[in-house]
Amino acid sequence: MKMLEIKNLKAGVEGKEILKGIDLTINAGEVHAIMGPNGSGKSTLAQVLAGRDAFDVGEGSVTFNGQDLLELAPEVRVREGLFLAFQYPVEIPGVNTTYFLRAAVNAVREHHGEAALNAVDFLKLMRQKINLLELDESLLKRSVNEGFSGGEKKRAEILQMALLNPAMAVLDETDSGLDIDALKVVANGVNTLKRADNAQLIITHYQRLLDYIVPDFVHVLYDGRIVKSGGKELALELEEKGYDWITSGELQTA
Amino acid sequence: MVAPANNAVDRLLAALPKRGDGGARFAELGFPTTRDEDWRFTSVAPIAELEFTAATGDAAANLEASVFSEIDGPQLVFVNGHYSSELSDLDELPDGVEISNLAAAVFKPCEADDAFGALNAASFTDGARVCVAEGVCFKTPIRIYYLSTGGDGATANIRNHITLGPNSKATILESWTGADSAYFNNAITELSAGDNAHLEHVKFQNESPAAFHVAGLHATMGRDCRVAHHSIALGGRIARNNIRARLDGTGIEAMLNGLYLPHGKQLIDHHMVVDHLQPHCESHEYFNGILDDHARAVFHGRIHVHKGADKTDAKQTNKNLLLSDNATVNTKPQLEIYADDVKCTHGATIGQMNAEQIFYLRARGLDEDAAHRMIMHAFAGEIIARIGCEPAREELDRLVWDRLEDK
Ligand SMILES: Nc1ncnc2c1ncn2[C@@H]1O[C@H](COP(=O)(O)OP(=O)(O)O)[C@@H](O)[C@H]1O
Ligand SMILES: [Mg+2]
Repeated sequence: MKMLEIKNLKAGVEGKEILKGIDLTINAGEVHAIMGPNGSGKSTLAQVLAGRDAFDVGEGSVTFNGQDLLELAPEVRVREGLFLAFQYPVEIPGVNTTYFLRAAVNAVREHHGEAALNAVDFLKLMRQKINLLELDESLLKRSVNEGFSGGEKKRAEILQMALLNPAMAVLDETDSGLDIDALKVVANGVNTLKRADNAQLIITHYQRLLDYIVPDFVHVLYDGRIVKSGGKELALELEEKGYDWITSGELQTA
Repeated sequence: MVAPANNAVDRLLAALPKRGDGGARFAELGFPTTRDEDWRFTSVAPIAELEFTAATGDAAANLEASVFSEIDGPQLVFVNGHYSSELSDLDELPDGVEISNLAAAVFKPCEADDAFGALNAASFTDGARVCVAEGVCFKTPIRIYYLSTGGDGATANIRNHITLGPNSKATILESWTGADSAYFNNAITELSAGDNAHLEHVKFQNESPAAFHVAGLHATMGRDCRVAHHSIALGGRIARNNIRARLDGTGIEAMLNGLYLPHGKQLIDHHMVVDHLQPHCESHEYFNGILDDHARAVFHGRIHVHKGADKTDAKQTNKNLLLSDNATVNTKPQLEIYADDVKCTHGATIGQMNAEQIFYLRARGLDEDAAHRMIMHAFAGEIIARIGCEPAREELDRLVWDRLEDK
């Protein structure tokens, strides 16, 4: 079943085109990886999918579970099941993490006609999930992402994913900056959340993550275009040959 | 027609009771003007235009719906600058804790180098006196209420003395509220914290939006003391806080923590001078403001690190959130450093809602309105969270939330 279908998507900022025509189809049950050098447009794609209005969408269409995704407000996209784990999670001083997470969970529940969780039930749910990510409970008393280490921020993103339980998760460089132990925790969390009826789009700069999260498909994004797609062996080939293989221009005519 | 300032001085002095120099110093200084560097952004012309009368006591005044009412302990109440023994409750004070009105105590004349201070010295009626003796740790918060029920131009000069002996500890909660009229409160609080004293001082200023409020806090701190002053400023057409902190001992930690939420045509001004006179002291100033409509705010933070005050750590931040295009903020940090090995930082921001934060919250399912409120609450919450006295903190958090929701 088609979950996400991106067709000829073009987007940019202030007249500068960043995404130059992306085509990508993701079915339920699949894990896709997007790799590419810095500046190729990976985060732009992720943010456009999540509804960041700093980017102008020029041409193309995105269909998510049969709906025109681009027509939906960002909050509706996540309530409908498209979740983005940010490459750079935003710090919000003064907003208590528990309070924020409960507001998020209840916003999604209410959208689906479910009753809001009270503080006690929410805490139960959260305790399960923080254990999965080996996060310290004291983090929940702090302000959202404020003073979190790099690794804590990334694990907190996956905690949010676990709480919101999306149909489609887009992970933007969730592995970047993590040491190998933290990487394993994050990968384990992501793998645990994988089911036959959901899908994941893993954006990464490094092949390393794909040792732990095994993708069904790998796409190489360069200069706003998907220049090559293949199976998981493509990631290894990329690792071996380096991004020069792509930037040298060899692939662009392919 | 704007009355000439000297005329205003005469009218004001004629209306008020007199003591000390009878107002000579105030007459000499006159009302400050915006040519005065310290008053550049705050014109007091609307005060000078008032038809002044001396505020008088009011037996009908009551404390209904007052803040901090759930907190037990001593309370001092002043109505229009006059002590109310009916509303005050000073029973069962422990040894070493003296709380009374000032008029009942012996008072020595004071000098003032600014006009409002001189006015206060010449015509104050009463105020709070709190003395905590050496080594006494008084855990119960001391509440002081200032109610104003007078009409337009009703003027009260209030003077408070707070003295903490060495190694003592206290919490003081102040509340300023009033009727919906253009009254004028001019207060001076002399605060002295002895060596190793611990004081938390919370000022909740929620005067009428038509009223005028000028308040000086003159704090002198001894060695190793810990003083936190929280200024939660909601009210007043013009509300000006002159905060002077003298860190005159080594190892002091002083915090000035403020939140101001002007809307309509309000102007809320915090004018701080922090003097570091001795080495190894820390001062932290945190001020956040949320402004709506045509409101204005002024933040002036001067830090003076005197010769010999080496290893000073002075930090100052002022963050402003503008909810309207017509709101304005003037923020002016001023650092003067004459010592060595000093850490001084200051930062000021003035802006709209942070778009990245809003997007992050929306990407987690909150609608735009809920996201805006959460950020706004956070902005205020950051300051409120520094209040140590838990019941006061929780109540102020609710009051501020209601105020922001109301807008
Ligand atoms: N808000 C922005 N304004 C201007 N240029 C941007 C903005 N965001 C991204 N870009 C540019 O778009 C290109 C792609 O950026 P990005 O999507 O972040 O790449 P990646 O995530 O692959 O490293 C880069 O050249 C970057 O400088
Ligand atoms: Mg990126």
